[in-house]
Amino acid sequence: MKIVVCVKQVPDTNEVKINHETGTLIREGVPSIINPDDKNALEEALRIKDIHKDVTVTVLSMGPPQAKEALKEALAMGADEAILLTDRAFAGSDTWATATILSAALSKIGDYDIVFCGRQAIDGDTAQVGPEIAEFLNLPQITYVSNLEVDEDNNKVIAHRSIEDGYFVMESKMPVLLTAIKDLNTPRYMSAWGIFQNANTTEIMEWTVDDLTVDLTQIGLKGSPTNVYKTFVPTRKFEGEILEGETPQDKAREFLVRMKERHIL
Amino acid sequence: MNFDFTNEQKMIKQSIEAFVKNEIEPIAEEIDKEHRFPRETIKKLGENGFLSIPFPTEYGGAGGDTISKNIVIEEIAKKCGATAAIVSVHYLPINLILRFGTKEHKEKYISKLAHGEYIGAFALTEPNAGSDASNVQTTAVLDGDEYVLNGSKCFITNGGEADVYVILAMTDKSKGTRGISAFIVEKDTPGFSIGKIEDKMGICASSTAELIFENCRIQKENLLGKEGQGFKLAMIGLDSGRIGMASQALGLAEGALEETIQYLKEREQFGRPLIKFQGLQWYLADMHSRIEASRWLVYRASYLEQTGKPFTVEAATAKLVASETAMYVTHKAVQMHGGYGFMKDYPLERMMRDAKITEIYEGTSEIMKIVIASQITR
Repeated sequence: MKIVVCVKQVPDTNEVKINHETGTLIREGVPSIINPDDKNALEEALRIKDIHKDVTVTVLSMGPPQAKEALKEALAMGADEAILLTDRAFAGSDTWATATILSAALSKIGDYDIVFCGRQAIDGDTAQVGPEIAEFLNLPQITYVSNLEVDEDNNKVIAHRSIEDGYFVMESKMPVLLTAIKDLNTPRYMSAWGIFQNANTTEIMEWTVDDLTVDLTQIGLKGSPTNVYKTFVPTRKFEGEILEGETPQDKAREFLVRMKERHIL
Repeated sequence: MNFDFTNEQKMIKQSIEAFVKNEIEPIAEEIDKEHRFPRETIKKLGENGFLSIPFPTEYGGAGGDTISKNIVIEEIAKKCGATAAIVSVHYLPINLILRFGTKEHKEKYISKLAHGEYIGAFALTEPNAGSDASNVQTTAVLDGDEYVLNGSKCFITNGGEADVYVILAMTDKSKGTRGISAFIVEKDTPGFSIGKIEDKMGICASSTAELIFENCRIQKENLLGKEGQGFKLAMIGLDSGRIGMASQALGLAEGALEETIQYLKEREQFGRPLIKFQGLQWYLADMHSRIEASRWLVYRASYLEQTGKPFTVEAATAKLVASETAMYVTHKAVQMHGGYGFMKDYPLERMMRDAKITEIYEGTSEIMKIVIASQITR
């Protein structure tokens, strides 16, 4: 069985500060990490590999050369091979263009059973790339996966697809595209064996635009239909208020009074 | 000359930092208070390869380097001195079995120790053989195919928790230190029992125990190295172990400084944060400078060990400076936290208690000075 996990290297937004004049992120000195949801996708792929025989886990990323660090981390966690899609022609791609490029790479890889993505990246928060890949490749998709079972004999997966107040149990044949949410699992650490015996000895394949069969009008900044007109930090419109009171009942009573004042109740 | 970490060292640091944050820091206060040996943490460290870094892959090791091994101890010590002590001592018997053990010894013990399934301990110290390690009175007498051990060991780190012990015993008293031999003894061997479990000032979650041997019979094959090699073997093990302890001391000092800077930024007195007071800034600068001096002594000693060069003096120097730095920094850190530093709600008092042992075990500061002086005055 072959699983391809799409990962994105993102700035650790816990560490990010915002330049209030330009409304952009201050990237300098901010550590880069594997996007958290993508790490859940990778962990689930590795768990499938732990349980089932003959599973190959390939990590795929599009990004600048430094995104190799994220792929090395994936190898240290236990992935078998890593591919970096890197080319100036890819720069400035929005979700459409990114999904176009990733789909082209997936077509080149071929014979995958599962394409695993994270739900969304913490820098863009769009949650579009996974579903777009599924559409481009004409794959069934199950998003927001919080539980997964692989039935290799019957060539299908059974997944819990989380919704706000519960989950669907969904079945799909393979190949299938899945997107992971953090409830799916707790990602493992990079092991010492992985670091010394895998991450720095496994060659990371680098594919450029020349390695892919892709429509050049659909990629990069020019091929991206999304235009960002403005970025800004939302201003806080009002301060929160902490209700005081001797007992929880007092506070609840006070809360009800406020709600009625505002005609909410 | 290159002062940069390798890619592997950077990744080890990143991974162990995450491990410490999730698995060690949250329980550090609790296990100290309860004097509870964190067996589950050691097992998890083993499962992730953190106990097998410098060992060859054929015995389940990661095939890494000793600097990475010591980075792990340092990072753990930033948040829990006791767990760092357990790990550092655990490495000592593995190191000795790898260097001096037979193929059978290695196959039997290394993989299990390196995966954290077994915990290791090293027993040299006796009531009358502390700094004077040559005065070993535990005896081992060959009787047919077995050695018979009699005597006792004290202050043995990981004692009572370990599965495998490397024990030093006298096989021929007439030969002095050349009459000392090393043996592998498993827990539950008849005639081997655990005596007093010590109640300590610091590293309370680690176990420190007395070991008692009463006609304890072990197979002749459990001899580690040759008869009479024990003292030499112990000194080699301790040289390496000292860098581990120096790493622990370095981590404790770094952890205390990080806590202090954070606190001084938050705490306000006389209308401004404490961090703005120059008197306190000067303390911070002193703490930082001593930490950096310790760091490079520790890393250089590790580097020499890694590259197979002599490192006895460098290990002793690193241990001397790093342990005294740990004491200096944690002591100052408590002071700079004022009343809060003295309270158990903050980790500083624990760090200060934990730091004290680094000046004592694996050779006291005074013994370190003897080791250093004896080499530089030749």
